[in-house]
Amino acid sequence: MLTPALSGQIINLFAAIMLLLAFAMLAQRRVLSLINLFAMQGLVLTLSTGFVAHTTGQTHLWFSAGITLALKVLLLPWILHRLIRQLNVQWDVEGLINIPTTMLIGIVLVILSFNVALPISQVAGTITKGTLGIALASVLLAFLMMITRSKAVPQVVGFLAMENGLFFAATAATYGMPMVVELGIALDVLVGVVILGVFFFQIRERFDSLDIRHLEKLKEE
Amino acid sequence: MINGSGIAAQITELVLAVLLAPLLTGWVNQCRAWLQNKSGPGLLRPYQTIRKLFAKDAVIATNASPLFRTAPYIVFACMLVATAIVPTLGTDLPFSIAADAIALVGILALARVFISLAAMDIGTAFGSLGARREMMVGFLAEPALLMVLFTASLISQSTSLATTVERLSRMEFAIFPSLAFAGVAFTMVSLAENARIPVDNPATHLELTMIHEAMVLEYSARHLALIEWAASLKLFVYSCIGIAIFFPFGIAEGGDPVGLLYALPTLALKLAIGGFLLAVIETMSAKMRIFRAPEFLGTAFMLAVLALLIHALLET
Repeated sequence: MLTPALSGQIINLFAAIMLLLAFAMLAQRRVLSLINLFAMQGLVLTLSTGFVAHTTGQTHLWFSAGITLALKVLLLPWILHRLIRQLNVQWDVEGLINIPTTMLIGIVLVILSFNVALPISQVAGTITKGTLGIALASVLLAFLMMITRSKAVPQVVGFLAMENGLFFAATAATYGMPMVVELGIALDVLVGVVILGVFFFQIRERFDSLDIRHLEKLKEE
Repeated sequence: MINGSGIAAQITELVLAVLLAPLLTGWVNQCRAWLQNKSGPGLLRPYQTIRKLFAKDAVIATNASPLFRTAPYIVFACMLVATAIVPTLGTDLPFSIAADAIALVGILALARVFISLAAMDIGTAFGSLGARREMMVGFLAEPALLMVLFTASLISQSTSLATTVERLSRMEFAIFPSLAFAGVAFTMVSLAENARIPVDNPATHLELTMIHEAMVLEYSARHLALIEWAASLKLFVYSCIGIAIFFPFGIAEGGDPVGLLYALPTLALKLAIGGFLLAVIETMSAKMRIFRAPEFLGTAFMLAVLALLIHALLET
């Protein structure tokens, strides 16, 4: 059997991989790789949630892990893959962002969230308390990704990654949210992606491009 | 603290490093040739090259200053000092009190400055082109290397590499996510610093891509031999830093002779595996455009900083 100290270290390792994937998504230019990275982040989230469930004996976390696996590793990446195939933007490359600068801003965000999370995690009694800072950092990094991207699909992936971070934060701070809330959020995310998928087609039909800066031209005369 | 056995161990290590460094380079080249389905130049080729170069007469440009002539010796001496600081076989190194990990980075930088100055000394276009590129890569790689060393120092509470190795190898088993991050960053920095693909190609003389080769283009005979030897030593030093920080098991503690005997095959095995992995990386990746190098090294720096932060958050 694993000792508590070792379990804690393995959870920390998963958290570190989460953070690494968040940075990888921030730096990724290709739409296709971005979706694969998102699926990978979902997988790490599943593993980490499953591990916490195993260690703490919280049965409802097994369900959360199951939902994460079904939704964020299988269903959503599949929908996104289908969408970009239909929109024919699979090989899209975004060239506008300055990656080193974005990375530096990302590091500042990480420092900020570690500092904010430190006092909270000191009073928490969960085995996952150390990972709260990383969860917060994942949320902020996903935010940053949404801000720096100009195409519609990466922005949606950023939105989904943010939800990953929130879920991770919930596991870190209080061993997950109540089942009703989790199911509600899962449904919200799913419906959100479906609706945004419809939006993609509308945006492209109107502007012949998925660059959302074109939306700024839509002003009432 | 300084005793006879320590000095003996130090000298043994230094001599072994100087003698074996070209073998490591030969091994990497051989592995690379095998992976590319070629028969390869043979393990001893670097020795033959060095011997051949020492036997030749040096040709020096008429407008070369004394700096040009002394630079190879300075570079070689810097690499010798660096080798003396890094624990390879044992941790009882009398020299290691003199300089810690930060000074080690400084010594490597000193060698870089001199070889770049020498490259610009003759005034050919290639020389200064190589020197500029080298300085660009160097100034991006150095902070990342420092951050990697700081991560190890934070874990072991010491900036002396010998003490770091002692503490890390004595520690009970624990997973350090920060060391994993630092390891990736260190690999990237070593690739850049040792003029390897994807940052530089050591086997090319194509003017658009070369960095290290452009700088030493004007050198011949014994000067070139020393520079090649120093480059081998640099690869050896970087491999040994990597081994010391990330795989310190098997390095003898103190000056115990039995431990030293046992440490030698361990080190040889680790270097052989490391060299093979280097060849695999070089074969699998393509040479980057020079303007992508800042991105590559920026990523290395970011990973190293993340390692520091994660250590502060999770492992204290």
